[in-house]
Amino acid sequence: MPKYTLQVNGQSRSVDVAADTPLLWVLRDHLELVGTKFGCGIGQCGACTIHVNGVPSRSCMTPVSTVGRMKITTIEGLAADATKLHPVQQAWSELDVAQCGYCQAGQIMTAAALLKDNPKPTDEDIDGAMAGNLCRCGTYMRIRAGIKLAATLTPVTGGAQ
Amino acid sequence: MNTPLLSRPVDRRDFLKFTGLAGGGFALAFYIRSGGDAAAAASAASASADFSPNAFVRITTAGKVTIVSKQPEMGQGVKTSLPMIIAEQLEVPFKDIAIEQGDFDLNKYGNQGAGGSNSTPNNYDNFHLVGATVRTMLVDAAAQTWGVPASECRAEKATVVHRSGKKLTYGQLATKAATLPVPEKSAVTLKQPKDFKLLGTRVAQYDTPAIVTGTPLFGIDVKLPGMLYAVYEKCPAFGGKVVSANLDQIKTLPGVKDAFILAGNDKLKELVPGVAIIADSTWSAMSARKQLKIVWDEGKVATESWDGFVAQATAKAAQPGARVLRKDGDPDAALAGAAKVVEANYIYPFISHANLEPQNTTAHWNDGVMEIWSPTQIPSIGTGMVNRVLGIPPEKIILHLNRAGGGFGRRIGADYLIEAAAIAQKVNAPVKLTWSREDDMKHDQYRPGGLHFLKGGIDAKGKIVAWKNHFFTFGEGGSPGSGGSLSADEFPGRWIANYQADQTMFDTGWPMGPWRAPGSCVFPWVFHSFIDELAHAGGRDPLELRLEILGDKDEMPAGTPPGGGKAKGGGAPYNVARMRNVLKFAAEKAGWGQKKFAKGSGAGLAFHFSHRGYFAQVAEVTVTKDGELKVDRFVTGADIGAQVVNLSGAENQVEGSVLDGLCVLKSQEINIERGRVVQGNFNDYPLMRITEAPAKVETYFLSTNYPTTGLGEPALPPVAPAICNAIFAATGKRIRQMPLSRIDLRWS
Repeated sequence: MPKYTLQVNGQSRSVDVAADTPLLWVLRDHLELVGTKFGCGIGQCGACTIHVNGVPSRSCMTPVSTVGRMKITTIEGLAADATKLHPVQQAWSELDVAQCGYCQAGQIMTAAALLKDNPKPTDEDIDGAMAGNLCRCGTYMRIRAGIKLAATLTPVTGGAQ
Repeated sequence: MNTPLLSRPVDRRDFLKFTGLAGGGFALAFYIRSGGDAAAAASAASASADFSPNAFVRITTAGKVTIVSKQPEMGQGVKTSLPMIIAEQLEVPFKDIAIEQGDFDLNKYGNQGAGGSNSTPNNYDNFHLVGATVRTMLVDAAAQTWGVPASECRAEKATVVHRSGKKLTYGQLATKAATLPVPEKSAVTLKQPKDFKLLGTRVAQYDTPAIVTGTPLFGIDVKLPGMLYAVYEKCPAFGGKVVSANLDQIKTLPGVKDAFILAGNDKLKELVPGVAIIADSTWSAMSARKQLKIVWDEGKVATESWDGFVAQATAKAAQPGARVLRKDGDPDAALAGAAKVVEANYIYPFISHANLEPQNTTAHWNDGVMEIWSPTQIPSIGTGMVNRVLGIPPEKIILHLNRAGGGFGRRIGADYLIEAAAIAQKVNAPVKLTWSREDDMKHDQYRPGGLHFLKGGIDAKGKIVAWKNHFFTFGEGGSPGSGGSLSADEFPGRWIANYQADQTMFDTGWPMGPWRAPGSCVFPWVFHSFIDELAHAGGRDPLELRLEILGDKDEMPAGTPPGGGKAKGGGAPYNVARMRNVLKFAAEKAGWGQKKFAKGSGAGLAFHFSHRGYFAQVAEVTVTKDGELKVDRFVTGADIGAQVVNLSGAENQVEGSVLDGLCVLKSQEINIERGRVVQGNFNDYPLMRITEAPAKVETYFLSTNYPTTGLGEPALPPVAPAICNAIFAATGKRIRQMPLSRIDLRWS
């Protein structure tokens, strides 16, 4: 099997996997990064959202062979350092956004990318940016509030991108 | 440091059991009568007089307080809310408490099933006693140390304080406390609600730090040394069996370790026949699965389709039902004499649970022991199945409970758990079974669909004088599916003098199971929509007519026909006063009747009693001219008794129920053709997106002097009818079919 060296959360990580292996399963099964979740496998739910060169991407639809040396950030690497949560993570904690929590890594990754591009999003901006991330439990009102709160916290510095 | 627990014999009269911690400190396992007063009304018959272990607290000499949470956590928040009760009585700041998920252990914890919104009412009183008893022992330990009366001491912030100002921390007292006898219940003083500092406040879920940082937490996150990965393909048609499969070819594919057929145990919701592929990674197994060629014996279920049953129901609607569930008065005569008769047919489809975390379980068959890691709601169902189907004795089954990425009733079923265990029995390594989204959607245990053919009569004043319903439901193996059986007492049965409910069941080979508020998740949609039709037909205000139906009596016992008489059974006592009050409360919060809506906007309401909770809801909606529905505001009035445990969690459950009800109403539909499910993923079974979420969801709790009850389910039932009634107010379109995606809502 081909060997790939990936740039994940600021580290160089090597894996031997089939070329068509989605990044999702490389992260989960081979790199012990299980924060990125499997929900649908067809890019419909957003539970697998990661950043590739800072852009929110569906890791279930991203074959490992297409990634090259692009910078991958997962929920585990979102915070700039291990001792301080990203503002979106802080806001999620403060507002108790989650119910089951399964979708929230994907929600947080999408929200973090939104705030990087648009530090003061309107309700419409939030709905537009977050429309690709499903929450089965129905935490959307808190997600909206969480993004607004995060926008007031320490400016997003970007983590290990 | 891990401190192993050493048990020692205790007097069974005590409701607490000591265990000393190696290296000092103490741990207490609490033996408390199961059931409890809160559950008495609903389950007196099943209450056991046996003592059974119920919870577990540890305090180390370093002062670390750990509470074991015995209930499975699936997003309903019990891993946080139930320990809050202990912490309140124990006087330990919640932020200083560690919470551990308990494994499945009947002997240690008693009932660990999470379902029916029962976790809170079944544990609430006991957990107060647990916390208060530990606090009492710590206070006693301090009093004895100082040689002062316990009455001169109080507990606060994990410390016992004497009135002189002397202090000892719980850590300092732990070893001494472990030597004390357990006080009788009568010697324990419960902290009273007026003194609560924690209960009723907003506390973020204990698992929040792990959730927001992606720390392993869920069943699907389990990884064990040497673990292999499994996928399992079942017949697309329910009940189908494997005739043959290209196993030899599959075994040659990259990463594949093994492939084999499981014959199953001929039970639709247990071990279903299929082909397992074991590989070195999830993707290797999924890739190999694409090469599978299976010859199926599809069986007789492959002739059954939803459309066929709907046609049969429509043809039989006017005939008497197979069973008369309830008949009060003379409905036919009352209809004949009514000033106005309204007829309407309501239909709702099968739906899936669609937990975002696909079903999964990890199992390891090792030296005669089956060790399992699973996101499950009722662990005893899974272990019972492993015992029965695989012949493994209960004492050789270990079940670890993982956080579940959504429950909604789906994980009461244990089909995925038994599959993993059966696969593990044939694999010489730990193995994780992961279902694909398509597996999940095509092999759920579905909420049954149904059809209601209704006739209602009103008198000249618009009062409802007659009600007849022929309900068609779906069952499997001769019984209606979960939630598919209409209670003889279902509202408005018992309240209308001339009332008849008939039920006809179609027996299918389709798997059905509990879906959030079984029965209650559909019947109020039909009945509160139809009541609304009757209100409008009689020119009555929907709120005022509902209050008239409820009447002046404060209590409606189970099974009582209007005007008294012989009990018909099948329902629960209904506290009419609570419902009236919460209905008025919600209407007042929403400003019912005080707003003027433009055409295209309007308000609707509904109420329901289920799962011991009384709920009334008001929806305000706008339907655009091109037929787009927007929920502008949604108001919930809730009576769940005296005490909201965790306000944040409680609001989250209500908000989630509102969105779930709206989501089901808008778009959810499982269609079954030729014994198989048509839908397969979120592209054809859409979940609601943030763009569709209401602008405002408001939740108000009406505190009443009744036992505290659970919140996973009772907020959902009135959601869909409140919204549909609002759609009628906005557009004049009466919604008699779910989902709305089948309805043209455009108006001009």
